[in-house]
Amino acid sequence: MKKNLALLLAGGQGSRLGVLVKTMAKPAVLFGGKYRIIDFTLSNCINSGIDTVGILEQYLPLKLNNHIGIGKPWDMDRMNGGVTILAPFLAGEAGDWFKGTADAVFQNFHYIDRINPQNIVILSGDHIYKMNYSYMIDFHEQKDSDATISVIDVPLSEAHRFGIIITDNDDRIVSFEEKPKDPKSTLASMGVYVFKWKTLKEYLLADHSNKSSSHDFGKDILPSMLLNKSKMYTYQFKGYWKDVGTIQAYWEANMELTNRVPSLSLYDHNWKIYTPNPVKPAHYISPEGKIKTSVVAEGCMIFGEVKNSILFPGVVVGKGSYIENSIIMSNTVIGEETRIHKSIIAEKCIIGKRVNIGVGESKPNCLRPDIYNNDITVIGEFSKIPDDVSIGKNVMIDIETTSEDFKNSHVESGSIISKAGECHE
Amino acid sequence: MSNKMMGIIFSLGNTENMLELTKMRAASAVPVGGKYRAIDFPLSNMVNADIVNIGILTQYNYRSLMDHIGSGKEWDLDRKNDGLFIFPPYLNPSGSGWYRGTADALFTNLSFLVRSDEDYVVLSDGNLIYKADLSEFLDKHIETGADISVMVKKMPSGSVTELQKFGQVMIDNNDRIIDYAQKPERKISDVCSMNVFIIKRELLISLIQDCIAHGNYDFIVDIILKNLDKLKVFGFYYDGYFKNLYNVADFYAFNMDLLNPSLLHELFVRRGKIYTKVKDEVPAKYNAEANVTNSIVADGCVIEGDVHNSVLFRGVIISRGVSVKNSIILQGSVIGMNSTLDYVIIDKEAHITENKHLRGEATWPLLIGKNAVV
Repeated sequence: MKKNLALLLAGGQGSRLGVLVKTMAKPAVLFGGKYRIIDFTLSNCINSGIDTVGILEQYLPLKLNNHIGIGKPWDMDRMNGGVTILAPFLAGEAGDWFKGTADAVFQNFHYIDRINPQNIVILSGDHIYKMNYSYMIDFHEQKDSDATISVIDVPLSEAHRFGIIITDNDDRIVSFEEKPKDPKSTLASMGVYVFKWKTLKEYLLADHSNKSSSHDFGKDILPSMLLNKSKMYTYQFKGYWKDVGTIQAYWEANMELTNRVPSLSLYDHNWKIYTPNPVKPAHYISPEGKIKTSVVAEGCMIFGEVKNSILFPGVVVGKGSYIENSIIMSNTVIGEETRIHKSIIAEKCIIGKRVNIGVGESKPNCLRPDIYNNDITVIGEFSKIPDDVSIGKNVMIDIETTSEDFKNSHVESGSIISKAGECHE
Repeated sequence: MSNKMMGIIFSLGNTENMLELTKMRAASAVPVGGKYRAIDFPLSNMVNADIVNIGILTQYNYRSLMDHIGSGKEWDLDRKNDGLFIFPPYLNPSGSGWYRGTADALFTNLSFLVRSDEDYVVLSDGNLIYKADLSEFLDKHIETGADISVMVKKMPSGSVTELQKFGQVMIDNNDRIIDYAQKPERKISDVCSMNVFIIKRELLISLIQDCIAHGNYDFIVDIILKNLDKLKVFGFYYDGYFKNLYNVADFYAFNMDLLNPSLLHELFVRRGKIYTKVKDEVPAKYNAEANVTNSIVADGCVIEGDVHNSVLFRGVIISRGVSVKNSIILQGSVIGMNSTLDYVIIDKEAHITENKHLRGEATWPLLIGKNAVV
């Protein structure tokens, strides 16, 4: 038996990250020059003294499974506890895909009940933050709470984007508002819950047999607990917390790390963020190389100029090339005399010589202006961009594109280049 | 290839030539290349040849070596069967336990050799930088029918003092070694032994027993040199990069040699990776004032000054107005504002306070010890 068990909901698709989540779930997306988004939540767990974590997956789990392995980087390769990957499964006639967050937990009832924890911590693998869950658990126990929800104070103008919680003077929850037009409070739910397992168990069982339920924590479980006058409290978190759910938010959160004193400090030796370490030598800058206001990981070889950018391990920047305001992911190789502006280039791309990316007039994306905007051009993983190509702003280039997918050497701003020659301009 | 060969790494010498660098650590645990220690090279060579049973014989200041190697998990050597074994000297009723030489060290731990079941043993010094395909070395050893194979390298026509660090060998046209002189005063050959050997395990055991029985203690002098006419000792030419970390000049030269993309490729990419203990550092951060050229920078560094022709290890802080040239700064050291360094080696966790100007010479870099505050 463990006192605290964490369940990490890592099934989120994160569709607004576009081509970045074409082959992986949002928690597996790379962040900050070395990490994947889920590393923050997993590191929070181990740093908070929670060594038993179930990870619920559903959407494109391969990369995530590879990344987590047996939990070694987080010191979660334990005899007793550690990390357990909980994938959807079939059981006679009963098994099914997870139908909602609550259903995902319900379907792993046997796993939780075998551990039989006192507290169960529900987390999502979608956010970038550093939080000591043990303080929240202490608060939860002190209040003898049935359910405690972590909240963060957001500006009133943004409150309509969140699940807002209204409390009394003692932090006890009075009511919920899901994305309210006219918010009565600025306390936004962070999607971090602590439940008494004893109590949650009953509600999960009741919710499971309720045919009209959507089996979601926010929509079903929490409101019905409130209706039954359960003891529910908010725990206020102060600090950095970011949902990097859109291309723009993702780009901004990465860029912020290049500030002299970033609002998210990764240098705290008492709160390290863990991830599998690449087996690569320290990075090298040639006599002609130049790097300013950037984050550069191991294994990079810099022969050109890098400014305001994030370079993941193993990136090569060719001679005479210039990279600015961009995120270049692991093992991407950039040729000589190439210029890249405000772009996100995914893993293992090969960018040719004399290529220009993110240039020209600003035009909205032709198909998905809701995803690709703010002049950020995004290139999917394993793409090969041929020499002498010029690519505009707000462009999306699919994964695994090759020279055959480039009909001409000029890609207009706002275009989409899909694999198999489908081209929209 | 697995189960055919086991490995032995010697970390026995007390290399006073490394001065402060080995005051607190074994020569094979000297930090190199931004994040590695010397022993990572011989150890990774073995791992890359699928060797999974490796013993490290160590004697002086081995705490840092033990700390670095740990359970061997970084090298994938934390195994139920075989894996990594560290053998420091120990007291026993028949003697002080202190190793009197390499053969004595092997004799003291003979049960490791006896209980292993691999046919061959590869032995290497721990303070050698090289990237060799040891399975090719074994193939050659079997093909020539040698009793002992010695990895050799033709040295560039260097000075006599350079060659004196090594055993020099005379080799005939069939690659058989006909003369072998350990660190001779006069040059006899420009082909040097790299102190990497392959020998049959059972033959090694009997040679060690014989050696100790005759009151001798050294593997090279007493086993190889004295048996050159009785045993078939063959040379295997290695033509890659090789550096024996024998003194501070070697340490400095090797780190500076790494400021070369093709050598980085040879050592860290071609024929397998070099593994080392991981530190979970953040990627390096360059602020607006950073001006870095021709350098190697490891994770965890924060740079706000000028750095040229230098190697920065993990977690080094270069403050504003600082100029670092031709220098090597080990893990966690901090260089305060407006200080200048030229031809300086700074050991771990040292602090150079503001406005300090340190200068060594190309032929004699200034060495600042571990934890020093200047």
